[in-house]
Amino acid sequence: MQVKADFKQVRNTLVVRISGELDMLVTDQLRQEIDYRLDSNSINTLVLNLEKVSFIDSSGLGLIIGRYKKVSAQQGRIYIVGASPSVEKILLFSGINKLVPLYRSEKDVVSN
Amino acid sequence: MNVKNYVRLEFSSLPENVSFARSCVGAFASQLDCTLEDIEEIKLVVSEAVSNSIIHGYNNDPSQTIEVVVSILENNSLEIIIKDYGRGIENIDQAMEPTYSSDPSRMGLGFTFMRSFMDEMDVVSEPGKGTSVRLLRCFPSQDHRAMA
Ligand SMILES: Nc1ncnc2c1ncn2[C@@H]1O[C@H](COP(=O)(O)OP(=O)(O)O)[C@@H](O)[C@H]1O
Ligand SMILES: [Mg+2]
Repeated sequence: MQVKADFKQVRNTLVVRISGELDMLVTDQLRQEIDYRLDSNSINTLVLNLEKVSFIDSSGLGLIIGRYKKVSAQQGRIYIVGASPSVEKILLFSGINKLVPLYRSEKDVVSN
Repeated sequence: MNVKNYVRLEFSSLPENVSFARSCVGAFASQLDCTLEDIEEIKLVVSEAVSNSIIHGYNNDPSQTIEVVVSILENNSLEIIIKDYGRGIENIDQAMEPTYSSDPSRMGLGFTFMRSFMDEMDVVSEPGKGTSVRLLRCFPSQDHRAMA
């Protein structure tokens, strides 16, 4: 497995720390793992920590947009934190930041 | 244009091979006088094209074959050809439109990335026969830069 995800839930916030390369090989399984937690726990805030993601393509962007739709449909919020410059470039290029705000760190999300 | 160096890859249409293909092409491209950022962009477009062959061309059938030929041409440009023998594309103009996807769960940005990060993109496709995507990225040679 090229990608790893650690999950941490604090009250109604689910933090997903992803590491590795976000392409079509891993998006299906990652989607299932995230959605399973979104469905079974009462979560209204999803934080995707991409600090350790070294590559993302449009399959990875699709994963993020899909979670945005799912969380928004439940009146929840979603944030991306810690994207490296090369990953951030692709996020900005796709315009995903207009839907999912980007933050430097998990602390920055909390303090906002 | 004459070819200075080339590599030809042929592999199964498996998701595992998407990262293999982009890493190979990225490593090959590093022979050119290009930046790490250039390499990242090249890896992205290869990832998009190979994923398209697997997902759209072969409908995720892992028993099919994808070919990638990457060449350094005489003028130091990098040419990448990604070829499948899958479903093909009925309407290429529509397929290339930003955010168009035949699959509602996808972003429709693959061709947009390829067009934006490469200097040339040509798609040849025939329904039922397959698709070939040719991408070209120019790198000014060191001699040219010294002269400029
Ligand atoms: N190799 C291919 N074989 C068949 N159809 C393809 C191929 N590549 C692209 N397409 C078609 O072009 C559309 C747009 O591709 P793309 O811009 O990569 O977006 P996405 O992959 O998100 O759908 C696809 O939805 C598909 O219908
Ligand atoms: Mg695509």
